[in-house]
Amino acid sequence: MAYPIEIILSRQLADSLALPIFITDVTGNLLFYNEPAEDILGKRYEDTAEMSVDQWSTAFKNKDEKGNPLPPEELPLVMTLNDRLPHHKTFWIENLMGKAERISVTSYPIIGRAGNFFGAVAIFWRTPVE
Amino acid sequence: MKITLRGVRGSIPTTSPATKEYGGDTSCVEVEADGCLLVLDAGSGIQNLNLAGKIKNNRVDILLTHLHMDHIQGLGFFKPLFSVDTEVHIWGPASATQSLRVRLGRYFSPPLFPVYFRNLSCKLVLHEIEKSSFSIGPFTIQSCFVTHPGPTVGFRIREGEKVFTYIPDHEPALGRNGMLKDLRWLSGSDLALEADLLLHDAQYTMEEYRDRMGWGHSAMEDTLQFASLTRVKQLLLTHHDPMHSDAQLHTIYDELKEKFPTAFPFEMAVEGEEFEL
Repeated sequence: MAYPIEIILSRQLADSLALPIFITDVTGNLLFYNEPAEDILGKRYEDTAEMSVDQWSTAFKNKDEKGNPLPPEELPLVMTLNDRLPHHKTFWIENLMGKAERISVTSYPIIGRAGNFFGAVAIFWRTPVE
Repeated sequence: MKITLRGVRGSIPTTSPATKEYGGDTSCVEVEADGCLLVLDAGSGIQNLNLAGKIKNNRVDILLTHLHMDHIQGLGFFKPLFSVDTEVHIWGPASATQSLRVRLGRYFSPPLFPVYFRNLSCKLVLHEIEKSSFSIGPFTIQSCFVTHPGPTVGFRIREGEKVFTYIPDHEPALGRNGMLKDLRWLSGSDLALEADLLLHDAQYTMEEYRDRMGWGHSAMEDTLQFASLTRVKQLLLTHHDPMHSDAQLHTIYDELKEKFPTAFPFEMAVEGEEFEL
């Protein structure tokens, strides 16, 4: 069964952009991540295709500015999936290779013309410490 | 079901003798079964409809894929809208901001048209659709949004065991890498999957498409690929570019047949052509 056009077009847009982008369904399953996002996940989309929340959420550890673990419910993407609103946060991630990076994430819901909620998009970018 | 092509031209009607063979009227298709009539889109081809004896229980259903002018320009000249005895149901894509009534009302109002929507004599019923499933007489119909600027749907129409799919305005190849081969990521694939007959946008040659990417229409080669991926049994290429003469369409068709052998028969749609499924 085909994904809604809103998800398909989100992927086509993400595929054309230089910023890392994740696209999930309403339950957080990772439907698509673009080439720049492969660096963050440490995996290639071509190899993994879609990933369940359990599979992709363990790919990195999230920490706040003080180095404390960041609970999932405080991550922008999770917040968007919960309340269907845009969110933004700057925090640290540590990938499977142990590499820590300070990133900013903006997430927004994919809500179609008829008001249906289809999932969320998260845009990442590296944010050096000021 | 009996399918009659009443308008197969895209964008704007043509009146030149050079486009007479394939036809110059814009999108409209008549679908009939068991005395029930569906009108798909209301382009200028709607004036070619012969309604005599075809309206059962004084009801007509018009299914609009979208509200671009070449798909609604004939609506104001559709006689049942002015008949007090007739119930006209118009099904059209939902928008995030305005109702179907408000959007159609832009056309049915001066200076574009002398008669206001509210002054139509028929009993008018409007239905807003998106990813929808509904029945009309013997037909079971599925709709969903497809890639085209503005709210646009395609239709999968089932009658008995037969399926007719209608996606006259569609750009499934829009994207950096063109058409995605995985059906889950292919706009319109649910509608077209294994259809007995697919009537699909094929406005441009591939060379023309490169300069018109994002305009919402397909290159013919992409349409062949779309039909192949969705395993349709027969394909009709429609929404002919108004700049394509009959002679050019003949030549393009011959080249396509030579370059792209397909597992299914395909033809250029011709105004007035009838199909029985």
